[in-house]
Amino acid sequence: MMALVLRDVRRAYASGGATLVVAFFLLAAILFPFAVGPDATLLARVGGGVVWTAALLAALLPVERLVAPDLDAGVIDQLAVRGLSLAGVAAAKSLAHWLAFAPPVMAAAVVAAGLLGLPGRTLAVVELGLLLGTPGLAALAVATAALTAGLRGAGAVAGLVMLPLALPLLIFGAGAAESGVGALKLLAAASLVLVAGAPFVAGAALRAGMD
Amino acid sequence: MNLRLDGVACARGGRLLFEGLDLSLGGGAAAVVTGPNGAGKSSLLRLCAGLLRPVAGTVEAGRTALLGEQTALDGERTLAAALGFWATLDGTAARVGEALAAVDLAALADVPVRLLSTGQRRRAGLARVVASGAALWLLDEPANGLDVASVARLEAIVADHRAGGGAVLVATHLPLDLPDAAEVRLGMSA
Repeated sequence: MMALVLRDVRRAYASGGATLVVAFFLLAAILFPFAVGPDATLLARVGGGVVWTAALLAALLPVERLVAPDLDAGVIDQLAVRGLSLAGVAAAKSLAHWLAFAPPVMAAAVVAAGLLGLPGRTLAVVELGLLLGTPGLAALAVATAALTAGLRGAGAVAGLVMLPLALPLLIFGAGAAESGVGALKLLAAASLVLVAGAPFVAGAALRAGMD
Repeated sequence: MNLRLDGVACARGGRLLFEGLDLSLGGGAAAVVTGPNGAGKSSLLRLCAGLLRPVAGTVEAGRTALLGEQTALDGERTLAAALGFWATLDGTAARVGEALAAVDLAALADVPVRLLSTGQRRRAGLARVVASGAALWLLDEPANGLDVASVARLEAIVADHRAGGGAVLVATHLPLDLPDAAEVRLGMSA
């Protein structure tokens, strides 16, 4: 399993993953000031939510590349022939996706906080929230990728599947900046549910795709 | 016994491809699956590999290596590294060099997989099977895209595997010289 995680992380970074994630995340975060105007107090107040929305979109960005290429190349078949559980494969892919997108996003969040004029305390809460919430996002992204692999226009469908399911993470993650520890606990719980459940959904989707 | 099929039936998309298929392969045995396009040759191999479930009957197989339509090798990595990934999963990383030599690709070990030609890719997929050390080989159209010399090498590799007590199930529409191989005909009833 570690070999699989390492392979996927290498592939994600080799295909320009980190640069793309950071650029996309910052671009999405910068769009908000252009849309709502340069009012510093307003931006500081909505900044936490902006960072979370951008993180959500950045997690969604590589969804088409998480599972579909491996399915096309027969990699999933070969893993199944070796008797590996497909839920285990999905869990390894979730971990690899998390390692590929969460550290760049968390680093870029510091830059985004500077651009939006977020106070240090808010940034700290947002970073803690990202640490708790991104594993859930990664697991959800892999399950979405497995469900939509092989569909035409998979990217658009993936957004429709994933974004509503990610709402709890967004609500509690962005809410933590204002309401504190309680929201962080709920964020961690929502993330844990996704981390524990999504690999089984993904595994079942992969298995169903073979028939 | 490396492979035993008992009264196996296979359906894809609600259409029955074959039924009542019995087959057993012991050490050193080989069988060739023949039949027209769409008769279910690839499906039979995927059944034996455990990727499809039979609608009736039972499939028992030992440790298996599958050469499918796709090579399942990462295009951006070198041939040796891409094969090494699978060999590591199989616990046979030391055999990659030997397997590459067996399919005459040792000179291309450092070339990225995406630069290989069709026939070279096919041989690289065969090298993955050779390196796996599995007792049962399932080869789906292994001779596709191979030149004459490579087909002879494929036949020699299969003979070697059988001499070592392995079993082989081959689906092919090209003639392959496999001595004493049983024949499984599909699609004759339709």
